[in-house]
Amino acid sequence: MATDATRKAAEGMLHALPLPEGEAGWARDARAAARARLLEAGAPIKRDEYWRFTDPRALTVPMEPVGEREPEKASTAFDGIEAVTQHFVNGRYRPDLSDPLALEGVAAGALSDVLAQDISIARELFGKLEAAGHEKVDRPLAMLNTATAREGLVLQVTGEAPLPLHLRHAQIGEGASMLRHLIRVEKGGSLTVLETGTPSNCVVEVDVADGGTFRHIRVQTGARAPSAAHIFARIGSEAKFQSFTLMADGKLTRNETVMDLVGDDAVGHIAGAVLGKADAHLDNTVFVTHSALNGESRQVFKNVLEGKATAVFQGKIFVREGAQKTDGYQISQAVILEDGAEFLVKPELEIYADDVACSHGSTTGALDPDQLFYLTARGVPRKAAEAMLVAAFADEAIMEIEDDAIADAMREAVSEWMATRG
Amino acid sequence: MLEIRNLEVSLEEEDKQILKGVDLTVEAGKVHAIMGPNGSGKSTLSYVLAGREGYEVLGGSASLEGEDLLEMEPEERAAAGLFLAFQYPVEIPGVNNMTFLRTALNAQRKARGEEEMSAPDFLKLVREKAKELEMKPEMLKRSLNVGFSGGEKKRNEILQMSVLEPRLCILDETDSGLDVDAMKLVSQGVNKLRSPDRGFLVITHYQRLLDHIKPDVVHIMADGRIIETGGPELALRVENEGYGTLKANA
Repeated sequence: MATDATRKAAEGMLHALPLPEGEAGWARDARAAARARLLEAGAPIKRDEYWRFTDPRALTVPMEPVGEREPEKASTAFDGIEAVTQHFVNGRYRPDLSDPLALEGVAAGALSDVLAQDISIARELFGKLEAAGHEKVDRPLAMLNTATAREGLVLQVTGEAPLPLHLRHAQIGEGASMLRHLIRVEKGGSLTVLETGTPSNCVVEVDVADGGTFRHIRVQTGARAPSAAHIFARIGSEAKFQSFTLMADGKLTRNETVMDLVGDDAVGHIAGAVLGKADAHLDNTVFVTHSALNGESRQVFKNVLEGKATAVFQGKIFVREGAQKTDGYQISQAVILEDGAEFLVKPELEIYADDVACSHGSTTGALDPDQLFYLTARGVPRKAAEAMLVAAFADEAIMEIEDDAIADAMREAVSEWMATRG
Repeated sequence: MLEIRNLEVSLEEEDKQILKGVDLTVEAGKVHAIMGPNGSGKSTLSYVLAGREGYEVLGGSASLEGEDLLEMEPEERAAAGLFLAFQYPVEIPGVNNMTFLRTALNAQRKARGEEEMSAPDFLKLVREKAKELEMKPEMLKRSLNVGFSGGEKKRNEILQMSVLEPRLCILDETDSGLDVDAMKLVSQGVNKLRSPDRGFLVITHYQRLLDHIKPDVVHIMADGRIIETGGPELALRVENEGYGTLKANA
């Protein structure tokens, strides 16, 4: 519920960011609508049910754009994967550092250029999926993004892209780095997007048309600045959407994935491996809506925690009336390596169709002492035995990735994280 | 080789004493059997020797080749040459059987200051040993013990023992869950490992395993103590008379 104080906070967030200029009428309209929605909704506060486990204060202080500084070293998890890489530094697109933006089957442009023109896919997507993604709950940080973000890519996928597109963001220091990507996958189109880094506020709107395929693998490691990311996905008939996120450490990272299966026989999988040590706070919030027949959704999240780390999982499956034969599955599990770490979970099912199969489960516990004893009794040192069990645990989420090389890169990242433990 | 002196052990959580002064010496080249009724402390003895958590040593000592076992971590005991074939081998989904065994072997070698075994040499060794135990090659590629039958799990224990080549082998109820054919195979695997510089401690409830693995010395354990020690004929006496009369005479 918005109050005068939260509306005022929303105003403060807006005022800290420069007003976009020189944009086309449709873009200005979308911005104005988002501003109005944000001022109506107010900034999120910890008293909001949706922010019970993650204090949004660090995300809602008015933030000016990050200045030009040398970026910190980003994750190298995808270094072995051949891809077309596009660089973003401190929230700005840097074509000068990037590969040529050319990929077979994909038409691509910079968002800042597109917003000044009349390009139908941008007009049809920008702010539209975001605006549709607030059913039951407001997502004010995504509204802020629509109102102010100018940097990012617009992609129209009409064929099978032979390589992944790697969107790589680097940042140093605190401040706003707003990114916005618009993606439309047409019938028969197929694209894998890799994402590295943690902009302060990133929104991806992805529309997977009937028969399209979109895969998304994201690595967020060691973010020193707070970060909120949203994905709004609309999945058409017989279309496929798969998203996997590796989160490792980071002061405050909140990922909201909002997916609507709007066509019959749509498939949407959302998975993640979360590795938290010290004072990391890592939040995965997922909202899956089944709006059509015979949809299949999966949520698989594996959390490994030590120190004073906190991981949050809020996962909802919402089945609309008439979305019969829905198959919705959700599992979230945590291994606590040290007392002091915690896993906060809120699974939710809301179902208005009577012929569906939906299930959710969650577990939290230490590594199995019998398994540890068995491994060490054969001579495997304790730390290595723990790493073996953690790798096996995380693998249940990593196996959701179809591409073997990318999955192996994620396995490598997990074992590197385990190796850096004290 | 293995020297246990007046070992007293209780369960940490229940404050219940299980071992009440165990004395036992296993010499290199010998097979010692421990027989006893359920609850006599046989499995506790094997777990305490291997270093499982949850037990409190109240007194006494246990050493392997003069080294104090009770001071060592489980992995250090393994590197020192102690091997426990589990009564209930643990299933570990997601940990590949062969990767695990190679990691264990090379960790032991590293701990002893020996060179690690190369992947091809290891593969050759493990395939050869698996064949002797009539284990299907795909069992090596599966997750550790996951979906294995009772007999397959026990064969996998003996496979690990054959590859790791420990100095002291402790077999905890290895015959449980085995049919006659599997028991023969497992026993053959164990017998192949018998050598002048290796000791065995075979823990069993029934005499039948000892038809296949012939012991040099048989101990009877009851209520946390060794109450009688003798030759192979002692096992036959248990078979005929049960543990009751032995306990009554103790």
